[in-house]
Amino acid sequence: MSEAGGARSHTDVLIVGAGEAGLGVATELRDLAFGGHVTVIGDEPYLPYQRPPLSKGFLEGKEDEDNLALRAPAFLDEHDIEVLQGRRVVSVDLADKGGTATLDDATTVQFEKLAFATGARARELPVPGASLVGVYTLRTIEDAKQVRTALVDTARLVVVGGGFIGLEVAAASRRRGLEVTVLEATPRLLGRVCAPPLSDYLMKRHAAAGIDIRLDTSVVELVGNVDGQVTHVRLADGATIPADVVIVGVGALPNVELAEKAGLECGRGIVVDQAGRTSIDGVVAVGDCAEQPHPNLPGQRLTIESVNNALEQSKLAAHVLTGVETPRRGVAWFWSDQADLKIQIAGISDGYDAYVVRAESTRLTVLYFQNNRLIAADVVNNPRDFLAVKRALGEGRSIDPERADDLSFSVKELLQGQA
Amino acid sequence: MPTIIFHSPDGTTHKVEARVGASAMETAIKLGVPGIVAECGGALACATCHVFVDPQWIEATGVAEDFEDEMLDDAETPRQERSRLSCQLRMTEELDGLELTIAPEQ
Repeated sequence: MSEAGGARSHTDVLIVGAGEAGLGVATELRDLAFGGHVTVIGDEPYLPYQRPPLSKGFLEGKEDEDNLALRAPAFLDEHDIEVLQGRRVVSVDLADKGGTATLDDATTVQFEKLAFATGARARELPVPGASLVGVYTLRTIEDAKQVRTALVDTARLVVVGGGFIGLEVAAASRRRGLEVTVLEATPRLLGRVCAPPLSDYLMKRHAAAGIDIRLDTSVVELVGNVDGQVTHVRLADGATIPADVVIVGVGALPNVELAEKAGLECGRGIVVDQAGRTSIDGVVAVGDCAEQPHPNLPGQRLTIESVNNALEQSKLAAHVLTGVETPRRGVAWFWSDQADLKIQIAGISDGYDAYVVRAESTRLTVLYFQNNRLIAADVVNNPRDFLAVKRALGEGRSIDPERADDLSFSVKELLQGQA
Repeated sequence: MPTIIFHSPDGTTHKVEARVGASAMETAIKLGVPGIVAECGGALACATCHVFVDPQWIEATGVAEDFEDEMLDDAETPRQERSRLSCQLRMTEELDGLELTIAPEQ
């Protein structure tokens, strides 16, 4: 680690972005016994930290900043990983080999190899009033601190967007006694990431906990008082809902501008192959900013915003940077905590052509198939099913879709062919 | 600061200082103690911070319950009587000297 401002003027690997993916590349390089200089530059004034708790335990006050830090300063020193905090790379010039990055204070860093780990930013709500006081997005530690403070003396919270972050915040806030409304523009919750049974299940559970969820509901304006403080949310049908705090969770936009200006091929994200190689030799991209080949839909690409994706991609990309053969990628997985619901997802379900639902009291498992092969599972409050599917996907084992709903056998038994 | 003694799968032993309020997993990861993966960062979602609690400490830590207990059923290394997920071991002064053996497969 070095003092802020003390960037080396030359480094072997420059990593732009100090989140889970950026730090992941750095630590994996050291695990591969890479001996060159490694520099990580992040624009937030923090050492690399975990984002998932920001909408969960951190928001509820169960975890503090120290809990969030990914690695201790001593670890970074010991592994000779230089992390520049609170500094932004404003441009990157690529040469035939290597290149030069210019920082926001006009200093330059020359590099041999480059990793983009620039992450994604929260999408703003494109309506009037989106910048009123009391309206927040949730992406960074600073956002989360503001939201945490704002929610202390608040009675009425409106969450715009029925995705993971929105539902996590809604559930945690409801549990603390707030009056909570969730506004979702599409006909169901988590529409982009799961099949209807999970959407319906979550709808029921959150409604039972007292959250007012409105589907097919678009926001047209956020209305404020003379002090510029939000007071109401106006809907497309003209109705208004009172709000002391509005949290906007309507998706993330990959940060591609820097890479695009540097001449890399970009779509929604920075276009990469299975191992994180970009369109330019010696340059990789990892994490939320990278758009990778779709595992189930040939010819299509997708961005995946998850810790697991950041770690898997950074591991492979570090192999590419050091010229070592890349290992096989681990199974994609994801989790979300929503009050007493623990959601665990193994695999990527997008591209499924059939699904089978297994429901028992408060547990739910949705198994996804493509061409009769198991490709993913969404699991609520059933860690055994989650771990069984995750392991099976890694080993290429499947389950007979015709028998998958037989509750007299566990998912694990069905996967082991014991049924 | 309470100390934790980790026995890693590679045969090394690591005596580290933990912050009160930090989990044993978090302490190990931050300092780079080998053997713990902890991909989910302590959310009780991945079962990759599996440890065996030293017999003399099991009373102080307690045994796994509920969700943690179910997660351990399918951990990569078969569970034992004193298996815990170390993200659920929140450090207190009373746990000073806690001794944990990290499960070989995570």
